[in-house]
Parts: sequence; C-alpha cells; structure tokens
Amino acid sequence: MGDGVMLIALLVATLRAGAPLILAGIGELVVERAGVLNLGVEGMMLVGAVVGFAATIGSGSPWIGLLAAAAGGAAMAGVFAVLTLGLRANQVASGLALTIFGVGFSALFGAPYQSHPIPGLATVIFPDLASASPLVQQVLLLDPLVWLALAAPFVVQRFLMRSRAGLVLRAVGESAEVAHAFGYKVIRIRLAATLFGGAMAGLGGASLSLAYTPMWTENMVAGRGWIALALVVFSTWKPHFVTLGALLFGFVTIAGFQANAWGIPVAPNLLATLPYLATILVLVLISRDRLRLKLNAPASLGKPFHPA
Amino acid sequence: MLSRRSLLLAPAAMGLAAREATAAGPLKVAYVYVSPVGDAGWTFQHELGRRALDAALGGAVKTSFVENVEEGADAERVIRKLATDGNDLIFTTSFGYMNPTVKVAGQFPKIKFEHATGYKRAANVATYSARFYEGRYATGVLAGRMSKSGIAGYVAAFPIPEVLQGINAFTLGMRSVNPKAVVKVVWTSSWFDPGKERAGADTLIAGGADILTHHTDSTAVAQAGEEKGVFTVAYNSDQSKYGPKTCLTAVTHNWNEYYIGRAKAAIAGTWKSGDVWGGVKEGMTKLAPYGAAVPDAVRKEVDAKLAAIGAGTLKPFAGPITDQDGKVKLAAGQAMADKDIGEMKWFVEGVQGKI
Amino acid sequence: MRLERRAAASGLMGVLAPVLAVLAAALGAALLFAVMGKDPVACLHTLFVAPLADATGLSELALKATPLLLCAIGIAVGVQANVWNIGAEGQFTMGAIGGGAVGLWLGPEGGWFVLPLVLLAGVLGGMGWAAIAAWLRTRFNAHEILVTLMLSYVAVQILGWLVRGPLQDPEGFNFPQSRQFEPAATLPLLFEGGRVTIAALFALAAVPAGALLLGRTLIGYRIRVVGLAPGAARYAGFSETSAVWFCLLLSGGLAGLAGVSEVAGPIGQLLPTISPGYGFAAIIVAFLGRLRPVGMLLAALLMALLYLGGEALQITQQLPLAATGVIQGMLLLFLLGADVLVLYRIRIGGRAHG
Repeated sequence: MGDGVMLIALLVATLRAGAPLILAGIGELVVERAGVLNLGVEGMMLVGAVVGFAATIGSGSPWIGLLAAAAGGAAMAGVFAVLTLGLRANQVASGLALTIFGVGFSALFGAPYQSHPIPGLATVIFPDLASASPLVQQVLLLDPLVWLALAAPFVVQRFLMRSRAGLVLRAVGESAEVAHAFGYKVIRIRLAATLFGGAMAGLGGASLSLAYTPMWTENMVAGRGWIALALVVFSTWKPHFVTLGALLFGFVTIAGFQANAWGIPVAPNLLATLPYLATILVLVLISRDRLRLKLNAPASLGKPFHPA
Repeated sequence: MLSRRSLLLAPAAMGLAAREATAAGPLKVAYVYVSPVGDAGWTFQHELGRRALDAALGGAVKTSFVENVEEGADAERVIRKLATDGNDLIFTTSFGYMNPTVKVAGQFPKIKFEHATGYKRAANVATYSARFYEGRYATGVLAGRMSKSGIAGYVAAFPIPEVLQGINAFTLGMRSVNPKAVVKVVWTSSWFDPGKERAGADTLIAGGADILTHHTDSTAVAQAGEEKGVFTVAYNSDQSKYGPKTCLTAVTHNWNEYYIGRAKAAIAGTWKSGDVWGGVKEGMTKLAPYGAAVPDAVRKEVDAKLAAIGAGTLKPFAGPITDQDGKVKLAAGQAMADKDIGEMKWFVEGVQGKI
Repeated sequence: MRLERRAAASGLMGVLAPVLAVLAAALGAALLFAVMGKDPVACLHTLFVAPLADATGLSELALKATPLLLCAIGIAVGVQANVWNIGAEGQFTMGAIGGGAVGLWLGPEGGWFVLPLVLLAGVLGGMGWAAIAAWLRTRFNAHEILVTLMLSYVAVQILGWLVRGPLQDPEGFNFPQSRQFEPAATLPLLFEGGRVTIAALFALAAVPAGALLLGRTLIGYRIRVVGLAPGAARYAGFSETSAVWFCLLLSGGLAGLAGVSEVAGPIGQLLPTISPGYGFAAIIVAFLGRLRPVGMLLAALLMALLYLGGEALQITQQLPLAATGVIQGMLLLFLLGADVLVLYRIRIGGRAHG
C-alpha cells in the first residue's frame, strides 16, 4: 500500500472508529441542551445494538435493523423520560440505573443471537468490497452510518441555532421556568429531545453491531457510551466539537497503534492513556475563556422541572 | 446443601462412567469464568470443555458455572460459596484467581481445585495450562506461505508471557519459511473490546500487513479481514463463520479431554495435584479446519510441522534464536527450558513492536 | 394523572416509598424468574434473604458496602456544591496505588507505623488525583465531569503499567501482579471468620462526620450555598474556587481511602483489576440515599445486597448473569420512581389521592 493510500486508510479508520461516538454524542448533546442529563447512553447504545441486530437477522434487511435500533434506543429513553420527566426522579441516578438495566437486558435479549455473524453494512451495499482495489475499498468502507455521523452535527447545529424549534429547546435548557411562563410545553419538548437522544444512541450502537464489528456479543459497546458522554461535555455543548472530540479520540488511539507497530518504546499501558489525556488537554485549551464556558452549559441541566 | 447419600445414580446407559461415580451421588463440578461465555474466546472454550464433560459423563457429574466474575475481592467470595455449596471439583479459569483459589482451598482441604494458567499449587490445588505457542508456530508457517507482502499483523491485548510466547512462536514459524518476514504488534490494553480490536486491525492493514492474527477475546479481527479481503488466523475459537472466505484457521484451545480426565480421576479417587502444561501432543491446542483459500501443499506442510511438534521432533523455541536487539538468546541446537518459556518477557527478531 | 407538589416532604412516604419499590421490583423479578423457568419464591429468597443468612454473609455485605459508602459520601458532598466527581473510580485506583506502593516498600520492615502510613498514602493518592481535576477546573474552567472521568481511565492504565513493571512481583513469573502485602501493611479484620476489615468502621464513621460537615459547619454551609445559589454565594464572599477544591479533595481522599482499604484488605496485593466499578456504583448510592449520609448508608447496604444476591442467583439458582443485571436495574428504576411519592401527591382528574 502506497503512503498516500495508507494515510487515507488511517483516516477512514479514524472516521469509522469515531462514528458511534459522534452519533451517540450528538443525540446526548440535544438532550442536554434541553436541560436533561441522561447518563444512560451506554445502556441505550447496547439496547440499540442488540435490537438492531436481532431485527436484521429476523427481517434480512439491515435497513429495518437500523430503524429497529433507533426505536430500541428511543424506548429505553422513554423509560428514562417516564422516570425523570413524569415522576421527577433524579436524572443522574436514573440514567445510571438505566445503564445497568440496559446492560442486563441487552445481554438477555441478545443471547440467542450470539452465533450469527452477518456481513457489515458496507459489504451489504457493495458485495465486492473485499476484492476492490485499495483506494476504492477505503472509500466504500465509509458506510451510511459514517456519513450520517458526519452530517448530523451540521443538521443539529442548524436546528439549534437557526430554527425556532431549536431556539425554544435551548430556552427550555437555559431556564425551564421562564420557558414555561412563556407558554412552551417544557415537558413535551424535553420528552422529544430525550427520545431523539435515545434514537441516536441506538443508531450509535447499531453502527457497531451492523457496520463496524458486525456481530452481537454481550457488552460489545465496551464503554463507548461513557466516552460519548464525556465528549458532550468536552464539546462545551457545541455540535461540531463533538465531531472534533470523537475524531481526536479515534486519531490518538490509532496513532498509538501505529506507534506500537513502529516499535516506539513506550509501555502499551501508558500509550493507552494518550486518547484520554489528549481529550483533557484539548478541553483545557478550549475552555480557558471563562465566559465562553459559562455561556455554553445549559443552565438548568439536570434540574427537574416543576410546573408551579 | 444436598445430602449426597440421597441422590440417585445415573441410568446404566451411561456405562462405565456412571458405575465409577461415588456411591454418594454425582461429582459436583463448578467453573468460575472471568468473562461472559459469549460465542468465541477464552471463556467460551472452557465452556465447551464443560459441556463436553457433561456429555461424556452424563449423570455421573453435575456441572455448573458462574460467569463474569471479576478478579479482585469478588473472586474469593464466589469461590468460597461454590465450596460451601458442596462442589467437589472447582475450576478457576483465569490467572487473577490464583491467590483467592489458594486461600479458599486452604480452608476446604477435601475439595479439589484447579487453577488455569497459575503457578501456585497445594495438595488440593492443581494448575493447568496449554502450550498455545505450539499451535502459533504452525500458523506462523502458514502465514509465511500465504503472505505476499511478508508483513503480518498481530492485535494483542497485554504483554504477559502467554501472549509473548504466541507472538514469538508465530514469528519464528513465519520466518522459518520467509526469513525476511516481519510481524507488527499493536496493543489494545483490553482483553475484550471489538471496536478497538477492529481499529487495531485497520491500522495494521494500512501498514501493509496482508495476514492478521490476534490474542484478544472477540471476533473483530476475523471480521476485519473478511470485510477487507485480508487473510486472518483466529485465536481461542474456530471463527470460520466470521470469516468464511478469509479466515484460514484458528489456534484453538481444547480443554475437553483434560476436563473429562480430571473429573474421572476425581470420581475414581485417583486425582492428584500437579501441573499440566499440555500442547499439541495432548490435544490441548488444535488448529481449526483450514479455509478454502489454503492450497493443498501448504496444508500438508503445516500439518507436518504440527505433527512434528506433537512428536517432539520440532520444538518451536529451539536455537538459534536472536532477540529484537540482536542478542543471541539461544544457541543453535539448544532448546529453551520450560521455565524460560513461562517467564518470557522479550521479542524475537522480526517482531516490530515494543513491550 | 397529575403530580401535585406536597407542602412538605412526606415523612411517611420517605419510609414507605422504598418499601413499595422493593415490593414492585420483587414482583417484576418473580415474573422474570417464572418466565425463565425458575421457582420465583426460591429465587427471591436467594436474592434478598440468603446473603444475609449468616455471619459470613453479613461480613461480605459490609465488605462490599464499605467502598460504596466511602465514595458516595465524598461524591454527595461535592454534588451539593455543584461539583460532579464522576471519576471516583480513578481516585480509588490511585489511592490503592499510593497505599499499595508504600505498603510494598515498608511492609517487610514491620512496625505499628506501617499501616497508618499506608492508609495516609492512600488518602493522599486519591486526593492528589482529584486535585488535578480541581486545578483544571478552577484555573482553566475544564469541566470536572470530563476530567475526572478521563482520569479514571488513565488511572487504570497506570495501575496496569505498574503491576507489569515497577511494582511487579519479581518472583511472580512475570505475571501482572505485585507481591502480596506483609501483615504489617494489611488492615486487621473486624472479626475472625469474616473478610470485613476495620475499613468498615471508617465508612461508618464517615456517616456522622459527613452529616456534621454538611449540617453544622460553616464550610458545609458555604458548600450548600455555592451549589444552590451561586450568585448569592459570590455576593456573600463564599469562594467557589475553595468550594471546588475542598469538595474534590474530600471526595478524592475518601475514594482513595476506599481504594487502599480494598487492596490492603480483601485483595492483599495490587492487580490490574481491583474494582468492579465501585466509583460509578457509588454515584447511584449517593442519589438513592438522597445525598444524605444516613440515606447513603442504607443505599450502600442495599446495593451491596443486590451484588451479593445477583451472584448467589448465578451460583445457587443457575440464573444467567444477564438476568441478574435486569433485576438490579429494575429495582433501581423502581426505587427512583417511587421516590416521587415523597415530594408529590398523585392526582387523578380533580380528586386527590394519597
């Protein structure tokens, strides 16, 4: 493989590794912008992954699988919404409980599907992918979910900043009481945002189980939900910084692998810390302006809304 | 607690095994797994062994398992509970269970414990492991023949001796047919993370590797190869269904006969503590059936090498061996001692990567 | 159906709601057991009663609850000041490393002073790790949710490196583990025959200490004002910076104490894996306990019971691991949902109920 193709291959690898993070992260960003903190991302991703996988096997079509994955994630988010928006339960604990439930539920539900390998989404679309020439192959490996992940921040940014509905959502996130006083249906808006976040997390999980590592095994999301949550904070709640964070994280991981392969004498464990340290470093660089940070964290994040 | 005397014996159809069961009832055998059973991987192979034990000895044994038991403080509690629950033979299948196993065994001298991949023994604690590196050497030969670029990629979890044995044996095997071959190693720092393993595989392929293998617990590497049309050699379990066109074989773990034998010994009263480190000869490491892409001549060659290893005429770690830095570790004609193999902490020449 | 806020939190519901939740979850669990073909009553017994049946069980309960409680108290204090320490797991690990390193170094010498030094090193290790987050937040505005969470992963990797390198047992056949700690560097057991150590007493002591801190000291007052009304706090001269430092250092110190207690206690050495996620579970404990020390004590015991019960279901009832996760999650979700009854009445139509 020539050097140029190698660089493209590494870039494609970074994009594919980042897609699940971006999808789940963008969803959670919208949720948090509406003032709701849903820490159940890992659980929602797992449920989305397993439901999408099962639907794909059952129907034979990964497209139905994707829809099912979004629905599965949204259903989990619905449970969260009932608890936190309906019953005013504490959001942090509810999200964590949702993750515990999601881990167990996905493992239970997915048990019969563990031995079913399926072709990845990219191969489904281009059956000759494996024998394509290197450069073409790299381009074809960018499956629709990667494109969705790249496009989503643009769509969400436009929605949040340029549309009336987005403005209202942000208002709800800044001060639910004031929005309520203006006549906006806070609970409904937050519900919609929460369900959207769940659907996106479900798609993030499906990007793993249907495209990147097309299989179902227990716990296959392996903590990416937590990274996605961290990336939302990292992004200071701005959509494009979610992409930046996800790509940074993926890039440093892959660069670490390259360093391994080149024989750079750093202990593997210490190299493994680099993605996390890099994220902290970049966050520090971004956040230095006190005013910018304060203007970005949704002010009523995590606080339950009590209509007076 | 079960009253063993009240249990019925298995039907006579089970034959010899049933008659060998103690008059007190079936042998209760328990397994402690470090990860979920899943569909492939380290724990799955142990589970296959447990099922084989069930199938072979039928009503003479009653097996059970506990999965996903964290190494650390939880392990001791689980092992102790299995002991107080009346199990007769307990297999703890991960290195990190070593001290808890020994501790609990000290309190239950009548119960037999077997610890996989450990080194501490007692009168009622045996250790066992397998020479996976023997299978690795043979697949290295396979890789040497099947690779056009002469670059192999290895997705590995942690630099512990067992992993290093595998990498070194694979490299020695590959270089025995292609002296210029290079094996590039990436470390995922996790036993199970399909996404990370996939990213590692992608990086290696980008770097020119046209055959991959791994020492991790998921099937992500086999799938990466299948998606990109790159050959792979899987590990732990037969992963041909994850890579029908590109997965050439797998270095599999086979605990079936070992577990059956140890259970039989326990039933017959001949069980003794000791250390078993079996390899090809004992059938504890096997190669999965070859994929269609492997030509006949190569199959014959690899089979011959494997047979020679099993017969003892070919030793994977036999001199001359030079390490990465050019130092001669083993002169020609010498064979590495088991102790040195067991404590391996260096790479052979040809491995590109650092510990 | 509407929720109507009560004039004051209902004391009756404060006690009744968790009971109702447990009953509802038990019902759900019984259904799940039945669907999986197991005897529901036996399974419920295994889950809730069996782990408490003997002294060993109670010892294990205390052992499991101790790190949860220590971490939770620290987290809860911080939350009151709007300081979110999501990375107690990392501080736990660094505490284990700090205390473990001192224990390995001084243990062979023996002496009464070794153990206190080990514990101190553990507390300092956790504090030091949290201090990084405090510094980054107060100096650079980096949100502590991200920093503490990322640092958790870093801490685990550092532990992995240490047990494979500098702190590796030279006689350990190159396996990733440290030497086992000498008795001088090991926490004494609370009673013979159980594994629980005096660390349980630390955790118990933290309960009134935490309550005193938050309820009766000036600094506790400042913390609560900074959290509830940051504007008023600034006006009154309560420094947000010192609140952040105080909360993170306290939280880190407690998590570090939990960590060193785990390795100088039941584990007895440094291994790559020393925590099944205590730092994260402690967050649930903190909120289940409504951020109050006594509540957190009960919540920690309940979480510990869930862990032990789940294990027992696997061992005794041969229930798959996944089912135990579903039941644990279900119970937590019910508990959180039932809490609504404390602050709200449920009104259907125009008539009040409850």
